[in-house]
Amino acid sequence: MVQNRKFKIGNPILEVNDISLSFGGVKAITDTSFNVLEHEVRAIIGPNGAGKSSMLNCINGIYKPQKGTVSFKGKVVPQITPNIMAQMGLSRTFQNLALFKRMSVLDNILVGRKLHTNTNFLEVALQLPKVKKEEKNNRDRSEEIISFLEIEDIKDTPVGKLPYGLQKKVELGRALATDSSVLLLDEPMAGMNVEEKRDMCRFILKVNDEIGTTMVLIEHDMGVVMDISDRVVVLDYGKVIGDGTPDEVRSNKKVIDAYLGVEH
Amino acid sequence: MKPVFMTYTKNDIINFCVLMVLGLVIIPTFIKTEYWYTSILIPWLCLALATIGQQIVMGYTGQLALGAAGFMAAGAFACFNLILRVPELGFFGSLIVSGLIAAAFGILFGLPSLKVRGIYLMVATLASQFFIVWMIDKFGWFKNYDSSGIITAQDIVILGVPFTTPLAMYLIIVFVVTILTLLAMNMARGSTGRNWMAVRDMDIAAESMGVSLLRTKVQAFAISAFYCGVAGALFAFTYLKSLEPVAFDIKLSFKILFMCILGGLGTINGAYIGAAFILLFPVLLNSVGNNVFHGAIDATIISSIEQVIFGLLMIVFMIYEPLGMAKLWETIKQNIRPKLTSLNIKILKSSKVKNPKK
Repeated sequence: MVQNRKFKIGNPILEVNDISLSFGGVKAITDTSFNVLEHEVRAIIGPNGAGKSSMLNCINGIYKPQKGTVSFKGKVVPQITPNIMAQMGLSRTFQNLALFKRMSVLDNILVGRKLHTNTNFLEVALQLPKVKKEEKNNRDRSEEIISFLEIEDIKDTPVGKLPYGLQKKVELGRALATDSSVLLLDEPMAGMNVEEKRDMCRFILKVNDEIGTTMVLIEHDMGVVMDISDRVVVLDYGKVIGDGTPDEVRSNKKVIDAYLGVEH
Repeated sequence: MKPVFMTYTKNDIINFCVLMVLGLVIIPTFIKTEYWYTSILIPWLCLALATIGQQIVMGYTGQLALGAAGFMAAGAFACFNLILRVPELGFFGSLIVSGLIAAAFGILFGLPSLKVRGIYLMVATLASQFFIVWMIDKFGWFKNYDSSGIITAQDIVILGVPFTTPLAMYLIIVFVVTILTLLAMNMARGSTGRNWMAVRDMDIAAESMGVSLLRTKVQAFAISAFYCGVAGALFAFTYLKSLEPVAFDIKLSFKILFMCILGGLGTINGAYIGAAFILLFPVLLNSVGNNVFHGAIDATIISSIEQVIFGLLMIVFMIYEPLGMAKLWETIKQNIRPKLTSLNIKILKSSKVKNPKK
């Protein structure tokens, strides 16, 4: 946890109320509620199949929950689609990498600038001065993100050719490029080695600290989660079994049982 | 490191302009034979333009569409009717409006892309091919109630000046094709092209970044159909010099698809290379048949061989070089350049060695 931070943790920016999601007879999430405060780093943890990714997909609009609402910035979002949530200022990364494989790193990050692009195709075709100006602004911002993530040397490489760890970085970069107020990171450190994980943690904390972006992340590595998050929510079988600061969660009986198993 | 996909920089565009000046000035001064214009250059540029349209929807946006000839027919007959019924528009006005009419059809037949993808979308877009051609055949109004089935295209007249010689027609085409290619390159390298490619590579992620799938796909279909429509009008008015729905059959759609794939998906220069290859290859094969084998091989066999070779090439390119001939060209350029520079250095060195002796 970062002390003396520039952006003080504020009011709830994202609230999930009584969400239930099932696929046919399989209940992925049951009556789950939790909130995310502005400028905090919030982790969602839980064993495999606990419904963590489904939860993010519900917030982001890829899945439609059968029940429950999502409030964003104090308002209940009436219709949740990925596009609407992006426009409201919520961006995300994906568990299994959803990059634009045949495009360069720079182009991938530039797509993240889509919401800061207001010119239509005719203006782009004619390369009006306003398009050039906008393109330059977007490119400058993307270059900034690229140098922040320390991936300058690969910026013209097609992402499909990059190793996994770098692709994860690019995906973070693309999400950052949206300048969203909330980022949902679905296992940003999965499959990484210790060094890469340390780097990723550094970037996440740095973004949170310098820009004040609210982070919601799913992570398996308990050590990492406890180190970087302000508050943790623990899911098991689609239900919240623990919610609080890392220390509170660590000493929670239910959480220990869920992780270590319990004799019945 | 040079990326494997094609992005266009200012340099490419300057190169392209230089090429087009060559096309407008150098070619007319050196090539005087009509055959070159009527049988090679004019159809090449028309089909290259249609292939750019196919590239936009298939190479850039990743929507498997097969109906380019249908949109070409829409453009050609729209142009015929506009010149006939609204002469005030002029040739270029009619050309643009017929492109827009084709674009409207593009939007209509692009809508299935929101629900189906891949091979199923291809089947759905085939509808455009058959529906448009059927519609023109069925309703006499489109053909101005001509009973012969083949209508002669009107002469191209711009500001009272007739453009009827092959050279004049060629110049018109170079002018139109240059502008449209430049616009396509601008779109491809700008935010529009990035949205297309994002939808092609990972639609869910694109949507999460705020790219609207509906708008992007429909836009790509509309722009693609616009290009095909203009190409169709030019094709009918300068190459065929007649209008008949049969000319825009499914074979032409397939031809454009082949040009697109062989040229290199997601490239604009590939459209030109692919079109040139598919057009010139049969000519080459014929002349080999006539000159090397002195007509010993039957013409029908030669045309069958042509099909076999196209089919083989398609498979080979799909497996080994999905980016097609445009990528091959790029590789050749990259390999030649260092050799040329090293050759230059060698020449320089040898000349330096020789100089002190003198």
